[in-house]
Amino acid sequence: MSLPTYATFGQRVWYYTFRFICALIFIFLITPILVVLPLSFNAEDFFTFTPEMLRLDPEGYSLKHYRDFWNNNEWQRSFKNSLIIAPIATVISVSLGTLAAIGLSQSHVPFRRAIMAILISPMIVPLIISATGMFFFYSQVGNFLEGTLGFNKNFVGYVKVVLAHAVLGIPFVIITVTATLVGFDRSLTRAAANMGADPVTTFFKVQMPLILPGVISGGLFAFITSFDEVVVVLFVGSASQKTLPWQMFTGLREQISPTILAVATILVVISIALLTTVELLRRRSERLRGIRPS
Amino acid sequence: MSDAADTGPVLAADGTPLKRSLARALRVQKTRALLLIAPLLVFVLISFIMPIASMLFRSVENDIVRNTLPETVPLLAEWDATSGELPGEEVYAALARDMIVAVNAKEHTKLATRLNYEQTGIASMFRKSGRQIKKWDPVADAPFKDKFIELHEGWGELETWKTIQTHSSTYTSGYFLNAIDMQKTPEGIQAQPENKQILVKLFIRTLIMSLIIMGACILLGYPVAWILANLPANKANLLMILVLLPFWTSLLVRTSAWKVMLQQQGVINDVLVWIGLVDDANRLIMINNQFGTIVAMTHILLPFMILPMYSVMQTINPSYVRAAKSLGATNWTAFWRVYFPQSVPGIGAGSILVFILAIGYYITPEIVGGTKGVFISNRIAYHISSSLNWGLAAALGTILLAAVLILYWAYDKIVGIDNVKLG
Repeated sequence: MSLPTYATFGQRVWYYTFRFICALIFIFLITPILVVLPLSFNAEDFFTFTPEMLRLDPEGYSLKHYRDFWNNNEWQRSFKNSLIIAPIATVISVSLGTLAAIGLSQSHVPFRRAIMAILISPMIVPLIISATGMFFFYSQVGNFLEGTLGFNKNFVGYVKVVLAHAVLGIPFVIITVTATLVGFDRSLTRAAANMGADPVTTFFKVQMPLILPGVISGGLFAFITSFDEVVVVLFVGSASQKTLPWQMFTGLREQISPTILAVATILVVISIALLTTVELLRRRSERLRGIRPS
Repeated sequence: MSDAADTGPVLAADGTPLKRSLARALRVQKTRALLLIAPLLVFVLISFIMPIASMLFRSVENDIVRNTLPETVPLLAEWDATSGELPGEEVYAALARDMIVAVNAKEHTKLATRLNYEQTGIASMFRKSGRQIKKWDPVADAPFKDKFIELHEGWGELETWKTIQTHSSTYTSGYFLNAIDMQKTPEGIQAQPENKQILVKLFIRTLIMSLIIMGACILLGYPVAWILANLPANKANLLMILVLLPFWTSLLVRTSAWKVMLQQQGVINDVLVWIGLVDDANRLIMINNQFGTIVAMTHILLPFMILPMYSVMQTINPSYVRAAKSLGATNWTAFWRVYFPQSVPGIGAGSILVFILAIGYYITPEIVGGTKGVFISNRIAYHISSSLNWGLAAALGTILLAAVLILYWAYDKIVGIDNVKLG
C-alpha cells in the first residue's frame, strides 16, 4: 500500500491525490456529527457559530441548552418514554429472538429459508409501509383492548408501541445471534448432556455464556432501533407515548430550538458508548470461539 | 456375531430397525427446532405480517358504500346509467330509508368522504342533506324523489347517481388507479385531470433521486472501501470508526446536523461567505429542495454502501493485481480488468441495500426536502395523517412494497439473506 521508492512522478501524484480524495470523503462522513457538538454549547439561540464562539471566547459558550433539556417537561417526558419503551421492546425481541436463532441453527430445520425471510422482513420492508400497516392494525387492537377488555388507555398505548418496536428489533437479534452460533461447537452441548445435564441447565451453563456476546450486541442493535425509531411511533403511538426522536422530529419541523442540538450531542455520546461496547463484545466473542480477533 | 445381522435389517440398540430409529431422532430434532422458533414466528406473523396483509387488503376494500346504503345499492344496480333518466322513486325511497339509519348512526359523513375522493362536492351535499333527512319519516314523508332534489340539486343530477353506482362494488381497483393518476369513472377508466396528476411524477422522482443517491454512494464509497481494505489493520480499524460512528448515530441527529449545515444561515454558507466564494447577499439555497435531500441521504446511507464493499474487497487476493502488473498491465488496466470485476459483488450488494433503503425513506426528505425533495413515502404519510384517504395510502404502500420485494428477491439471489452482516 505504501508508495515504492521507484514510483514515477505520475504515480506519486495519483497516490497523494487519491489519499486526498479519501480524506475529503472521511471529512464528509464525520463533519456533520462534529459540527453538532460545539454548536450545542452555543450561548445564543442560533444554529450557527457566533463570532464569540469562533474567537473561543468563554462568553460565547454556555450549558443553557442542556439546562433547557433537563428542565423542560416536554423533553423530559419524551426522554422518559424512550427509556421505558426501548428496554421493554429490547427484552421481548432478545428473549424470543435468541430462542428462535438457536432453533434456526439446528442442523435440520424444515422451511428454513422461508422462516428466515419472514423473521428478517421487518428490516427489509420500508418503515413507512410497516408503519402504515401497523397503524391500521394497532388501532383495531387498541380498540379491542380498551373497549372489550377495559384496559387503561395510556397502558394500551404503551403496549402498542412496545410490541411494534419489538418486531422491528427482531431481525437484528436473529442476524447477530445466528452469526455467533455459526462457530458454535455442538459437541459441547452433547458433552454436557452426556454428563447428565438436562437441556435447560445445558443452555444456561454451557451455550448461553458462549453466545452471550452475540446476544448482547443483538440486544444493543434492537435497543438502538427502538430508541432511534420515529416513523412507527408517530403512527402507532399517541401524544402520551411521545419519544425522544418524535420530540426531535416535531422540533425540527416546527419550533426550531437549539435544545435539539444538546439532545443530539447526548445521543452521539450514547452511540459512541454503544459502538465501543459492541466492538469489545465482538472481539470477546471471537476469542471465545477461538478465532483470532481482527 | 455379525453373521446373523447380515441377513436382516440393521438394528439399533433397543431392537428397532436403525432406519426407523434414525427417522424418529430426526423428527424429534425437527420438532424441537420448530418449537424453539414457533413463539417468535407466531409473534412476527401476528404483529407484522398480518398488519401488512391487512394493509394490502385495505387497498382494494370498498364496502363502505354497500354497508351504509344496503337497500339502495342493489336497486341502483338495476338502473341503466346510459338511459339519461334519473333512477325511479323506489331508489329514492330506499335511499331515504338508508340515509335515516346512516345519519342517526353518524355514518353518512364517512360515506360522503369516500365518495368525495371520486367526485368533489359530494361531501357537502351529503352533510347538508343529512341535517334535513334526520327529521324525515320513511313512510309518512313519501314520495322522496322531489324532496331530495329540493334539498340539494345534486340529487337530481345523473353524475351523482353514476358515481354511487360505479363505486358500490365491495372490491375496487379505484385506489390503485388513483395511485397511478388514473380514475374510475362511470364511463370507464380515465386519466386524472391534468392538475391532479402528481403521483406518477412523485414515483418517478423517488426512483430517480434514489438512483442518484445510490450513484453518489457508489462514487464516494468505493475509494473509502478500497483504502480501508488495503491499509494495515491497525490504521484501517481507526478509519473504520469514522464510518461506523455515523452508522451508529441516531438518524434524527444526522438529519438535524444537515439542517444546521445546509441552512442559508448555516455552517456551509458561513464558511463560503467567510472565504469569499459566495457573496453575503446571495447565500446558496441548499435546503428544502432536492439537493438537500440528496446530500443528507447520501451521507446517511453511505455506511450501508461502504460496509458490504469493504467485506468483499477484503477477500480479494492482492497477488492478482501484482501478477497483472508483472505481466505488463498498466495501473489502470490492472485495476479495471483484474481488481474491479472482483469487487462488483460488493458494489451490487451495497447498491441494492442503499436503493431499498432510499426509496422508502420518510424522515429525512420530510425535514430537509421542502416540497420539491419529498418522496412517495411522504405522500403516504400525508394520506394517512392529513387527508385520511387510507385506501389510497394503502394502494401507494402496496406498490412501494412490491418494488421493494422485487429488489429484496434480487438481493437474495445476489448476496443471500443469510449473508446480511451488521457492523
